[in-house]
Amino acid sequence: MADVAFTPDQAAGRPARTLAGPVGARPKSRITAKRVMIYGALGLVSLYWLLPLWVMVMTSLKGMPEIRMGNIFAPPVEVTFQPWVKAWAEACTGLNCDGLSRGFWNSVAIVVPSTVLSIAVASVNGYALVNWKFKGSEVFFTILIFGAFIPYQVMIYPIVVILREIGLMGSVWGLVLVHTVFGMPIITLLFRNYFASLPEELFKAARVDGAGFWGIFLRVLVPMSLPIFAVAMILQITGIWNDFLFGVIYTKPDTYPMTVQLNNIVNSTQGVKEYNVNMAATLITGLVPLSIYLISGKLFVRGIAAGAVKG
Amino acid sequence: MLDQSHPALDGQSVSIRDLQLDFGSVSVLRDLNLDIHKGEFLVLLGASGCGKSTLLNCIAGLLEPTGGQIFIEGKNVTWAEPSERGIGMVFQSYALYPQMTVEGNLSFGLKNARLPKDEIAKRVARAAEILHLGPLLKRKPAALSGGQRQRVAIGRALVRDVDVFLFDEPLSNLDAKLRAELRVELKRLHNSLDSTMIYVTHDQVEAMTLADRIAIMKGGVIQQLAAPLEIYNRPANLYVADFIGAPPMNLLRGDLRGSEFRGAVTVPMVGYDFAAPPRDGAAVFGIRPEHVLVGEAAATAPVRTEVTVEIVEPMGADTLLWTRIGEDDFRIRIDGQTPIRGGDRITIGLDPARASLFDAATELRL
Repeated sequence: MADVAFTPDQAAGRPARTLAGPVGARPKSRITAKRVMIYGALGLVSLYWLLPLWVMVMTSLKGMPEIRMGNIFAPPVEVTFQPWVKAWAEACTGLNCDGLSRGFWNSVAIVVPSTVLSIAVASVNGYALVNWKFKGSEVFFTILIFGAFIPYQVMIYPIVVILREIGLMGSVWGLVLVHTVFGMPIITLLFRNYFASLPEELFKAARVDGAGFWGIFLRVLVPMSLPIFAVAMILQITGIWNDFLFGVIYTKPDTYPMTVQLNNIVNSTQGVKEYNVNMAATLITGLVPLSIYLISGKLFVRGIAAGAVKG
Repeated sequence: MLDQSHPALDGQSVSIRDLQLDFGSVSVLRDLNLDIHKGEFLVLLGASGCGKSTLLNCIAGLLEPTGGQIFIEGKNVTWAEPSERGIGMVFQSYALYPQMTVEGNLSFGLKNARLPKDEIAKRVARAAEILHLGPLLKRKPAALSGGQRQRVAIGRALVRDVDVFLFDEPLSNLDAKLRAELRVELKRLHNSLDSTMIYVTHDQVEAMTLADRIAIMKGGVIQQLAAPLEIYNRPANLYVADFIGAPPMNLLRGDLRGSEFRGAVTVPMVGYDFAAPPRDGAAVFGIRPEHVLVGEAAATAPVRTEVTVEIVEPMGADTLLWTRIGEDDFRIRIDGQTPIRGGDRITIGLDPARASLFDAATELRL
């Protein structure tokens, strides 16, 4: 024993190099009661929140006879994709019986131009407000931001009148115009804050190098601002896709966006309630924003934070 | 109007007439006049907020003056765009375009000027050779070190073949060693190019080493415009005396009677080159720590006094002694090898010919 316990230092009569107590790297923590509690609680809460999704997916994969038996939590005995097919291509709303597909393509036709237009205009707005301050630019900005705080409901009827007068009432383009205008305050704020965070000297250097208003914007600032463009796209796509109010007011059955059509399918008062088709339709409609959240979660959080910073 | 040349500006590269700049009610630059000769290296020196960067931005055309005129190479450029002024500018943060390669950064200005491709290639190649950027041309700025980035920033001004280079604290973001290296490189560049250079800094070492002339600014006003040694030896006022020199000049308060300074020590100002005929009144006597005589030299000095050493700060090449004369701190710089310890009493000598005397009220040199 003795020859093992003594270090060379101790053997030579010198004090041991290593004293009593912790030495070196701290040991990795093991499973403790506290950890079990925490993860257990988190797991339970997540299960609780996932339950509706579980019920929706399961119900959408069952046939109506199986649904009538109850057991909404049980997985389907006989898996069928018929409800999904019906929701997409056959469900009736009013006179049309081509399912959600019509609404999906309407929504795409609304979201794409609205997003492109609002970002194109708002990014130039933000750039001009930061780098080319003009007389009254701060007042202009204040008014623009004020627009974000006016309740939509106040403007619904005036917009109906305006769209009627310019002949866009009921058309997809009328709704594109509305979404572009309503997206302006928040997206301008987003770009203004981002451009304000870029070093001013970069802008000065580009001016000395002879680049003009558009040259600086397109060749210097835009290429280094791709993250904020992605954030703006996420905000606009999810926001416009999920819109119901403007869609139901400013379009007509032929041009209804997907959200309105979904409502019409789910809330139809005639015939048997086809729960499986309703569930499938809801899932299909939610798929676009959901996939965007999932693909770009990090950027999305960043966008929220960027928008929240006061300029 | 831009090509109209003014014969009165012959030999002047940059000429600033009665320049005035206000931000709202705050006046940043006031009636500023400055003539910079062709090929001169002028340093604008001052503490932060003195208006030196503002002045540089006015010359560059990045800030619009409220009043006055700016001429570059004889042309009135007061209303001209930055790119039309024949200037190149180098910034403290380098301000390189992050998504472009070094080559892209160098050629951006030339492309904007719609120069032919082969001319662009020629100029980029020349700048790359002068600044040793050849192997870096295909890299992005993120892959460069601080010193390399600043060389690219200088190159961006170089390719534009400008008459006037503007530097806005270009070395302040670099570490001390690199700063000293690039300082020498800049001086070499100036010697080989013969262009006018205007250089803003708060670092007096950079100012002293680089400048043909230094303009010391305070509160938007030029305090003194002179060659580095002139500023060091004959500061025009108390502010300049205190600003230039590290450690700063020792200042003793007292009175001037006849041509004799009377304070905690009495100094007959024999051999002092008065800026104006001496007048009696409150005055400040200034002498640089390195001009105080000790040891054998002190014994033969015109004025002698005895002080107690409080603190000794050895710095290798030299040693700084902290003492007191009357109420005022008094610093003495001596050779680094001299054996002196805290508590020692030493005799020091003052030579009025190397001192400065200021009016206590106007703070101007007497």
